[in-house]
Amino acid sequence: MKLLVCISKAPDTTAKIAFTDGNTKFDENGVQFIVNPYDEWYALVRALELTEANGGTVTTITVGTNSDDPTIRKALAIGATDAVRIDAVPKDAYYVANQIASYAKIHGYDIVMTGKETINYNGAQVGAMIAEILDQPFVSLATKLDLQENTATLERDVSGGVEIVEVSTPFVLSAAKGMSEQRIPNMRGIMAARTKPLQVIEPVASEELTSVVSYSMPDSKAACKYVDAENAEELIHLLHTEAKVI
Amino acid sequence: MSVLVFVESKNGKAVKAGLEAISYGKRIGDTTVITFGSASTEDLAAMGKYGAAKVLVCRSINEVNDQQLTKLIAAAVDDTNAETIVLAQDPTGKAIGPRVAARLGAGHVSSAVDIPDTSNNGFVVKTNVFSGKAFAHVAVNTAKKVIAYTPNSLPVNSEESTAEVMEFSPDVNTGGITVKERKLQEGSVAPLPEAELVVSAGRGLKGPENWGIVEDLANSLGATTACSRPVADIGWRPHHEHVGQTGIAIRPNLYIAAGISGAIQHLAGVNGSKTIVVINTDPEAPFFKAADYGIIGDAFEVLPKLTEAIKKFKASNN
Ligand SMILES: Cc1cc2nc3c(=O)[nH]c(=O)nc-3n(C[C@H](O)[C@H](O)[C@H](O)COP(=O)(O)OP(=O)(O)OC[C@H]3O[C@@H](n4cnc5c(N)ncnc54)[C@H](O)[C@@H]3O)c2cc1C
Ligand SMILES: Nc1ncnc2c1ncn2[C@@H]1O[C@H](COP(=O)(O)O)[C@@H](O)[C@H]1O
Repeated sequence: MKLLVCISKAPDTTAKIAFTDGNTKFDENGVQFIVNPYDEWYALVRALELTEANGGTVTTITVGTNSDDPTIRKALAIGATDAVRIDAVPKDAYYVANQIASYAKIHGYDIVMTGKETINYNGAQVGAMIAEILDQPFVSLATKLDLQENTATLERDVSGGVEIVEVSTPFVLSAAKGMSEQRIPNMRGIMAARTKPLQVIEPVASEELTSVVSYSMPDSKAACKYVDAENAEELIHLLHTEAKVI
Repeated sequence: MSVLVFVESKNGKAVKAGLEAISYGKRIGDTTVITFGSASTEDLAAMGKYGAAKVLVCRSINEVNDQQLTKLIAAAVDDTNAETIVLAQDPTGKAIGPRVAARLGAGHVSSAVDIPDTSNNGFVVKTNVFSGKAFAHVAVNTAKKVIAYTPNSLPVNSEESTAEVMEFSPDVNTGGITVKERKLQEGSVAPLPEAELVVSAGRGLKGPENWGIVEDLANSLGATTACSRPVADIGWRPHHEHVGQTGIAIRPNLYIAAGISGAIQHLAGVNGSKTIVVINTDPEAPFFKAADYGIIGDAFEVLPKLTEAIKKFKASNN
């Protein structure tokens, strides 16, 4: 079994969000980067579980610069077999998807796994685009994945509930909560990761279909209005007449 | 501008987020809907109220197969010459929108919260990024555009109008995914991503046996219940109730949070809510900084009082 897991870096969930260069760039100053939680906790760990049970390899792929290498090493420490980095600044989702799909097309994988979304740009775009470029089915928001020969059974989140779907390999999925549990890399994993192959390759030519013009911040909230704990009716009154939400 | 809006239908009914997407499309231009399934012609014509001039319906499709729906939407784009394609940013929209965009060579924008700014011949869409902590203004550089609209961001259109309904049956033959089973949540309340009223609780509730007071308040309001992550992780509540950065991001009109501290990762998923009410024993709880209304008090006492007050309010308003 050959699995390809798409890994991106994301600012730590407690990072302060600020922008520089006239609000056109995310301010990375003092920001800690982590592996995007959906990629790490769910996609990568489930891929490892499947290959541990059935044999096979887990390759991670990242579109990024050498500033991504620490997060890639983390994925290797958790247990990935090897890693590929496409040496380019990820422009938009289509650019990233095109890079990954081009690589996947040449090498052939049973399943290409992405996270549900990146927690910085929250696009939830890359997985579906890879699937279209590869002309393969896409199972989005998968929360369970089991494999029997070439047939996969998955559970996925849909609005208002869940669905159980069946699909044959090869296919693409995006992983959401439920798929597996977070794994903390151990010392042996961390040591081994240092010598595991991390191949750096050149990007293919691809267009940029969208571009960020600028960023802005939400208006800051007015101060909280306190209501006495004994006075529930006052709150209901405010919600009705002032906030107009009930 | 010609706009095509994809609306998902479930058990013969259009999903609410899809109807909101029609209203969004109507703000941009002349709107045609593409939908599927078994909804009655009357129900489909009623999409006119939200702003649809025409509804194309494919009767041979009954479930979400991303490849099939992508073919369907692409065929409808050809048929209508639509320049802008709108979907709801919901589970189905996420599975299909980017796929349609890649097929059409169109730029895709997700989490749109406002209509495109087309000044200076541009096309720039305001979107939610960093889990709602900031906005990005995204320019689409292609002739065709695909926009995934974040439900509950703009008011819904309402006009006295019915849409023209037409059967639409392009070739959508494809393999791919087969849906084996569908388990939709029971009950009449809206699913969390679509809910306008949400009552949520955290570790301050001490144990799953205490959730009765949370459910009572939700029931009295007609609200959907939610929870913080640790509560779902320890199994007090089901995973689909977990809101926040790593759970579901919601933006209801009203979010009531009891016994939740307001950690940054929790706020990331709820700070798009129009009105936030926080109930916490600790006056220093960070959640109060993000709240519109706060009650410093014990959830075990405050929640039943709120339920009573709501019941009284509803009774006197009827
Ligand atoms: C990478 C990452 C991602 C995360 N993602 C999420 C996420 O998506 N969603 C999420 O929720 N969390 C998330 N977390 C966890 C988050 O950091 C917090 O730990 C969590 O939100 C705390 O949950 P809580 O508020 O229910 O519990 P606590 O922090 O334990 O807070 C309980 C609160 O209840 C109050 N309280 C106690 N008794 C009462 C009473 N009787 N009446 C009223 N109030 C009372 C206390 O004063 C306290 O403020 C994430 C963490 C990380 C590291
Ligand atoms: N630069 C990148 N390199 C590799 N994978 C990525 C990159 N950006 C996004 N992905 C993958 O695509 C998923 C969805 O990302 P997004 O569409 O940006 O929300 C992520 O969870 C990753 O698995």
